[in-house]
Amino acid sequence: MELYHIWGFELLMRTFCSLLLCLFSLTALAGGDKVEEFMLDNGMKVIVKPDHRAPVVVSQVWYKVGSSYELPGTTGVSHVLEHMMFKGTRHVAPDEFSRIIAALGGSENAFTGIDYTAYFETLSKQHLERALELEADRMQNLLLDEKEFQREVAVVREERRLRTDDDPNGLLWEQFNAVAWRVSPYRNPVIGWMHDLEVMTVADLQKWYDQWYSPDNAVLVVVGDVVPVKVQALAKKHFGPIPARKHEPWRQRPEPEQKGPVRMRLEVPAEQPMLLLGYKTPAMADLKDPSEAYALMVLNSILGDGDSSRLTSAVVRQQELAVSASSSYDAFSRLSGLLEIQAIPGKDSSLDDLESGILAQVRRLQNEPVSKQELQSVINRTLASKVFARDSMFYQAMLIGMRETNRYDWRSLDAELKHIREVTAQQVQAVARKYLVEKHLTVARLEPVKDTKPAAQEKKS
Amino acid sequence: MMRMLWSLMFVLFAGQALAIEVQSWQTQGGTRVMYVHVPQLPMVNLQVMFDAGSARDGELPGQANLLNELLLEGAGKWNADELARELESRGIEVSTHTGRDMASITLRSLSDKNILTPALDMLAAMVSAPGLDPAAIERVKARTLAELRLASQSAEEVADREMMQALYGDHPYAHDPLGTETSLGQIDAAALRAFHQHYYTQANAVVALVGDVDRTQAEILVAHVLDGLPVGQKAAPLAQPKPGKARVLHKDFPASQTHLYLGMLGISREDPDYFPLVVGNHILGGSGLTSIMGEEVRNKRGLSYGISSYFSPLRVAGPWMLTAQTKNSQARKTLELMTSLLRDFIDEGPTRKQLQAAKKHLAGGFPLKLSSNKKILSQISTMAFYDLPPDWLDTWPAHVEQVTRAQIHRSFRRRMPMKHLIQVTVGGGK
Repeated sequence: MELYHIWGFELLMRTFCSLLLCLFSLTALAGGDKVEEFMLDNGMKVIVKPDHRAPVVVSQVWYKVGSSYELPGTTGVSHVLEHMMFKGTRHVAPDEFSRIIAALGGSENAFTGIDYTAYFETLSKQHLERALELEADRMQNLLLDEKEFQREVAVVREERRLRTDDDPNGLLWEQFNAVAWRVSPYRNPVIGWMHDLEVMTVADLQKWYDQWYSPDNAVLVVVGDVVPVKVQALAKKHFGPIPARKHEPWRQRPEPEQKGPVRMRLEVPAEQPMLLLGYKTPAMADLKDPSEAYALMVLNSILGDGDSSRLTSAVVRQQELAVSASSSYDAFSRLSGLLEIQAIPGKDSSLDDLESGILAQVRRLQNEPVSKQELQSVINRTLASKVFARDSMFYQAMLIGMRETNRYDWRSLDAELKHIREVTAQQVQAVARKYLVEKHLTVARLEPVKDTKPAAQEKKS
Repeated sequence: MMRMLWSLMFVLFAGQALAIEVQSWQTQGGTRVMYVHVPQLPMVNLQVMFDAGSARDGELPGQANLLNELLLEGAGKWNADELARELESRGIEVSTHTGRDMASITLRSLSDKNILTPALDMLAAMVSAPGLDPAAIERVKARTLAELRLASQSAEEVADREMMQALYGDHPYAHDPLGTETSLGQIDAAALRAFHQHYYTQANAVVALVGDVDRTQAEILVAHVLDGLPVGQKAAPLAQPKPGKARVLHKDFPASQTHLYLGMLGISREDPDYFPLVVGNHILGGSGLTSIMGEEVRNKRGLSYGISSYFSPLRVAGPWMLTAQTKNSQARKTLELMTSLLRDFIDEGPTRKQLQAAKKHLAGGFPLKLSSNKKILSQISTMAFYDLPPDWLDTWPAHVEQVTRAQIHRSFRRRMPMKHLIQVTVGGGK
């Protein structure tokens, strides 16, 4: 039973996958074998992290394109293209990609986020070359067939119905982002608006593929029981011959400053109310002083990450205004984002009381410095999570890929603990006062419209 | 301290001597332990499981889950706030889960003594001395009611619940482990204490442990975690569920899609047809988009995003389900397609090519099952809880390899006849 929406970052998988369950703590990774980085002549970056605990390898190809690159009218095109990448090339028949990997005992899938699209294979180590060969093929030889496209875009419309249209919480998140941002492309859902999915054409996909899928816009991340120079040689052999392409630069659409709080209410048939709050917060890459972003990470952890956080101990346990309350902040997003707070009220508490209770915790962060113990707890948790992150090859590759596609460097993962240690109580208080301000707040409420549902009916068969 | 009744096994990766060694022993109190020493990372994953899932709820549906969740809400000398703080300030992660068979508590900690020692002290208190403070009970009940409301606004969850009811009728697997608003109202501290005393015992527990502790330490720390529990006895065997007649159920739901569920009783962990049925299901709908269902329903026709079939093997026959979801206007057509593909598969079995592909995938993918401490823990937890032999992983590839087309055909015809098929649909937009 899942009480918490997967959040902090939105991510769509080509097929159902339990991968997301292990992705909650996005802090981590340090130590272990040395990471090695190579650049191919065509501008493709290759990052290898050896991990010899099992004879297994994870290969991920990351493209710097996702929903935040899209324009109105063709939202969702990155994700539909991701689906179509399994529908055949000049050398591989539709769906053959999946069958080849399956026959090697491997698993494959892909995911699209706001800032990236990634394709991955997990295999016994001796099959790495086949995976790279297939990825290099679909980087340059994709065939976009009209009939295949019509079927696949129909699948994506079903995916949208499942995740958003028929899911009150999914709908609330979509609406929340759409009202929080006026101009920033973060206002659009990764899956795209339904009408855009209805009118999308093969030509839209071809244009998108031609524009973004080339080696100079991609990063290959390999983690597993491998030798870096051998991976380098394989990458050179398969991706090296693909020519770089001149990219039309992505045109910035910066968000104008918010001048006052924004509120919305979603009224749909549902049973459980929900509350979302979001404060505009900077991405680290946009800051003159990156220590502010680390201070916000610490603030977020103390406010709403875990059972000992203030939201859980005060709002849930002490005041009993919610049955769950938590917060999330991604310092390493490509563009400025939100520090988000999500809370689910109990039966007898109102959304007004819940919101007041949460805002009181925000004021506490502004009015008093956090304690030494709270700061130390964040450091210890960060340290442990970095060790735990090394348990999953897939997760290690994913952390590297996310940083690299979002204007950051994989080295920032290793430096994180040091920066977290340096954060002071005064800095936390300062960023609370600077960024958690009412003027930059968005509030969304799910207020269910009751719908009477009859009991299951037996049909004569 | 321990009886030295342990066995040893080595798992071989396709020709490579490897990598993990599963050790198993039984404590004096009768707790079965499975352990793998993985020294590469300075961490420990440990899971304590009790035969105390929702199948043991009896007259009070939801009490197994409620008790299990309350382990985190204060124990021994720590109240809920202190427990959360003492754990998280050391980076220790603890979670609980209650299914039909099993109630478990899982810990992940750094193996550094200064962290692991208090981690295990707290875990020992959580399993043997939960506080069951009245305010905590009310809090967890309120959260459970919210979970029930969230489930009731999801057509998928509603369909799943209807299917389990239809498949199991009076059997204790039928009800939702969360219970109902009414049953939660009837559970008090006394009931929870009685449940705890009866089922949270050494004889009714199993432990799985993976990580950076050697065998001697492992024995000592497992004994420490179990120390406060009474010896007790194993839970009584569960009744065998009986397959019923084919039924067709529909529930209107205000949604743009209809969720389509086909189900039958499936298999237990020790079912003699386990391998033919699991490999057969892999071909039918268990291998994602390369399965028959994935190929026909999604790849060729674009009817559904999610399409899969799966066995959930339990202590006694667990469910088998085939599920998809599609816009309301296509529901009937999709359901007919799924039903006819299922019927064809039961009647004809897989082709030679399909079986060959499935074996390649399953056998070739074996190393992936053990590529992290977390995955190893998951494998040995299942083995320990369901009394599987310590060489279960060792013999698994050979068992898969030996499955024949005739076995799959025979076992599906015999065990999964269409006359037992239950159909549940939830949706229609009303």
